[in-house]
Amino acid sequence: MTDEELIEGLKAGDDQAAETVVRTHMPRMLAVARRLLGDSALAEDCVQEAFANMFRKIGDFEGRSSLGTWLYGIVANQALMKLRQQTRRREDPIDDLMPEFDTSACRIEAPWQHLSTPEEILDREKRKDLVIDMINKLPPDYRVVLQLRDIEEMSTAEVADALNLTDGNVKVRLHRARSALKSLLEPVLRGEL
Amino acid sequence: MAADQRRPGIMRQMRGAMMKYMPLMITCVEFETFILDYLEGSLPPRQRRIFELHLKMCRECRDYLAAYKATMGVAKRALKDPSDGPPDDAPEDLVKAVLAARER
Repeated sequence: MTDEELIEGLKAGDDQAAETVVRTHMPRMLAVARRLLGDSALAEDCVQEAFANMFRKIGDFEGRSSLGTWLYGIVANQALMKLRQQTRRREDPIDDLMPEFDTSACRIEAPWQHLSTPEEILDREKRKDLVIDMINKLPPDYRVVLQLRDIEEMSTAEVADALNLTDGNVKVRLHRARSALKSLLEPVLRGEL
Repeated sequence: MAADQRRPGIMRQMRGAMMKYMPLMITCVEFETFILDYLEGSLPPRQRRIFELHLKMCRECRDYLAAYKATMGVAKRALKDPSDGPPDDAPEDLVKAVLAARER
């Protein structure tokens, strides 16, 4: 069945269409939720809630993105809500991790004598865990944008649609998330860790 | 960051002024605002040339951009290892739970 046929089926309450959509999209939705939440049980709850939302809201689906992209957006939103519940800090700790400039608007950046490649950095399991810990230090609203754009490879417009943001907001959050992560990963990238 | 790092020496002051006032130049602060669009290939040709000129002239921005790109690569590889393959099948109990909840 095509996306259009599945959507029509869902809107008409067709059981076959519902099962096809669930079986087709659940694996990647689970992968998205696991990457964001880092916990399989929480990810399964999240996917279940996302499908419940999807069945409720299918009448509102306008077809601006593919059905899959819409679903990955719903699950990312569910995960974001869970992450926000977990992190109740009100301050914005990302500010200290932004690039620095002097009063002449020149960048302050120590020379990079050594810049490890992703392959060199991730050659050992512990390093991968360390990198994931650093990613998890990003505030949820930034982490979700980084993941949807850079890992799930959704477009800026798709992420904006999924998270109810403007394209401009998505770009700002993505750039801040990458900049903050660069600061967090600096000792690893310089080969100091 | 120490306050004296924010107060540039004479050479950096001159460089900052050159970047700010000379034609076809941008400051590092302006360069920063173009990074995302540059990497997405969505900068208009003239801005792209200006961005790349700054990149040639500024060691700090060159180093910064290399580390920024390396960060993107590391994050992607850590979260989505190419050797992981496609996600597993949908767990049957979860599929049944989702479909049962729909019927209620």
